[in-house]
Amino acid sequence: MTSTLTPVRKRSALTKGQLPKYAPYVVLALALIVGAAILALVGFNAFGWGIVSAILFAIGLVSWSAAVEGSRRAKDKLATCLVVGSFLVALLPLFSVIWTVLVNGVPGLLTPGFLTNSMNGVTGVFDTRAVEQGTPVLGGIYHALLGTVQITLLATIISVPVGLLTAIYLVEYGDDGRLARAITFFVDVMTGIPSIVAGLFAAAFFFAVVGPGTKTGAVAAVALSVLMIPVVVRSSEEMLKIVPNELREAAYALGVRKWRTIVKVVIPTAISGIASGVTLAIARVIGETAPILVTAGFATSINSNVFSGWMASLPTFIYTQILNPTSPANPDPSSQRAWGAALVLIILVMILNLGARLIARVFAPKTGR
Amino acid sequence: MTATSLTSTQGAGRAGDKIFSGAALAAGCLILAVLFGVALFLVVQAIPALTAPAAEIQGGEGFFAYIWPIVIGTLIAAVIALVIATPIAIGVALFISHFAPRGLASGLGYVVDLLAAIPSVIYGAWGAAFLAKEISPAYNWLADNMGWLPIFQGPASATGKTILTAGIVLSVMVLPIITSLSREIFLQTPKLHEEAALALGATRWEMIKMSVLPFARPGIISAVMLGLGRALGETMAVALVLSSGALTASLIKSGNQTIAAEIALNFPEASGLKVSTLIAAGLVLFVITLAVNMIARWIITRHKEFSGAN
Repeated sequence: MTSTLTPVRKRSALTKGQLPKYAPYVVLALALIVGAAILALVGFNAFGWGIVSAILFAIGLVSWSAAVEGSRRAKDKLATCLVVGSFLVALLPLFSVIWTVLVNGVPGLLTPGFLTNSMNGVTGVFDTRAVEQGTPVLGGIYHALLGTVQITLLATIISVPVGLLTAIYLVEYGDDGRLARAITFFVDVMTGIPSIVAGLFAAAFFFAVVGPGTKTGAVAAVALSVLMIPVVVRSSEEMLKIVPNELREAAYALGVRKWRTIVKVVIPTAISGIASGVTLAIARVIGETAPILVTAGFATSINSNVFSGWMASLPTFIYTQILNPTSPANPDPSSQRAWGAALVLIILVMILNLGARLIARVFAPKTGR
Repeated sequence: MTATSLTSTQGAGRAGDKIFSGAALAAGCLILAVLFGVALFLVVQAIPALTAPAAEIQGGEGFFAYIWPIVIGTLIAAVIALVIATPIAIGVALFISHFAPRGLASGLGYVVDLLAAIPSVIYGAWGAAFLAKEISPAYNWLADNMGWLPIFQGPASATGKTILTAGIVLSVMVLPIITSLSREIFLQTPKLHEEAALALGATRWEMIKMSVLPFARPGIISAVMLGLGRALGETMAVALVLSSGALTASLIKSGNQTIAAEIALNFPEASGLKVSTLIAAGLVLFVITLAVNMIARWIITRHKEFSGAN
């Protein structure tokens, strides 16, 4: 009887033909070194180094894997590299945009009076003097900030009741009938209306009703409402849908009228989600430029009446300062103001976005579990 | 207190019910009316441009000759945006749904959503001030080495303010839309399909290829179409980035124009027939995006019917 046991020690069949755990790190280190060497030959820059190293890393890891693990595993590694790579590529513009706005915007924002002055009376003469003699850049964004707040507020006042009531109709009264399905479909379609077409619609509407050439903050607010209503409807509808049916049934069983049930039970339960959806909708329309450009024109002085006269807003301020500098010969002060305004706008949008998350979390209904 | 008060049909509650449901219905109908009104008012205001003698329209050759180059320009910019954004967006969506550690996934999704939160005018400013400058050496290289292709015909624009730059900026703007919609679809893939594939010994990529992508294909198509709708209608990125001009085949020369940018650049100073012409251009844009969006939505609703059963 010979023993079936053999003294030869083999690697376990389960782990045979696999790359060791440390393989990616080794390849990464090699790729970085080789990448630096290649870039040193053609002139070093960090961006190129990253790109070249990433490509070398992918090639190295995939070919090593192909040699040891076979083609199926190698394809898997390649796919992983591409997927992770695409995520990193998607982050590049985000950081680049934020960095550009920060670097260019901080000097503008720190100019004294930037937030409290308007552009009234600031002419090219002052900008030329600022460039030639180094005097501080005059002018600010107060009028634009005021216009943005007023227009957005009016748009919110129009959109929220309409949007919320539509969502209530869809969830509570619609019964998935033909009208409800039509509304759902066209709300979705409305989400895709180009913002400039919404602006043209508001302009055309007021041209026809009030008179040709009517451009006021209110027209801009109507244009923004066209963009805002579908967003409010969609988010409120989602939130009303997830209110448990038991709550409604409990209210009905107590003899409460349907409208009282909706106002006192359904909406309070969903209010955190609705509020956060509305905040996100505001964040979406506050940065819209095109509809305001064609409906409110642009002003250089403070106009606190939304119902008459042209009105400035932050996005159109940025746009006009870049495209038509106050002093065409010396565009630098204008571009400094534009970037300062861009920084303010981006801060506003980020606050609204974070606020929406916070609202959703803080006012979420207590589950009692 | 008799039984009649319980069954009475009078009283404030009853009226409140009527008013409330009426208001909800009215709000819903208002939305339909607004969408109808958008089309109606655009048509009414556009009619003068469509019926005016050809010589009075800008360019002097009628509305059709005016509109077709900018329609083509719009399509070129949108196609560039989609060609760049689609593969990256699907990659990002896969990364968040299937590759990233579970705890990180929602945070990473939020980071991508931040891309969508940045206002378009800021993208435009970034594209004009930063991207165009940085990318113009690449255009020179393309003109020197790939100039035999009509789309890369030199000499390249010295400022980099070309339709290709505008397309790249647009691709950044449509990326989050395609990503978030595809991510939703990827996450809906039946877990059993994925686990079955893994149990048969598939690698992660094979599992994605065999179970996730076939399931998600209609969703990806509609996500891309919605991205297309956004790219077609985006104004500021193009208006600020592109130095516009006549229609040219070369993507790296200045030239070309899109409908939305044409409207934004000319509408504030326009008057008379010019206003009508621009509103008619807006109508064309509206019809194109409406068609694209309706097809996308139709694909989604058709898909929804059998995806819920799994």
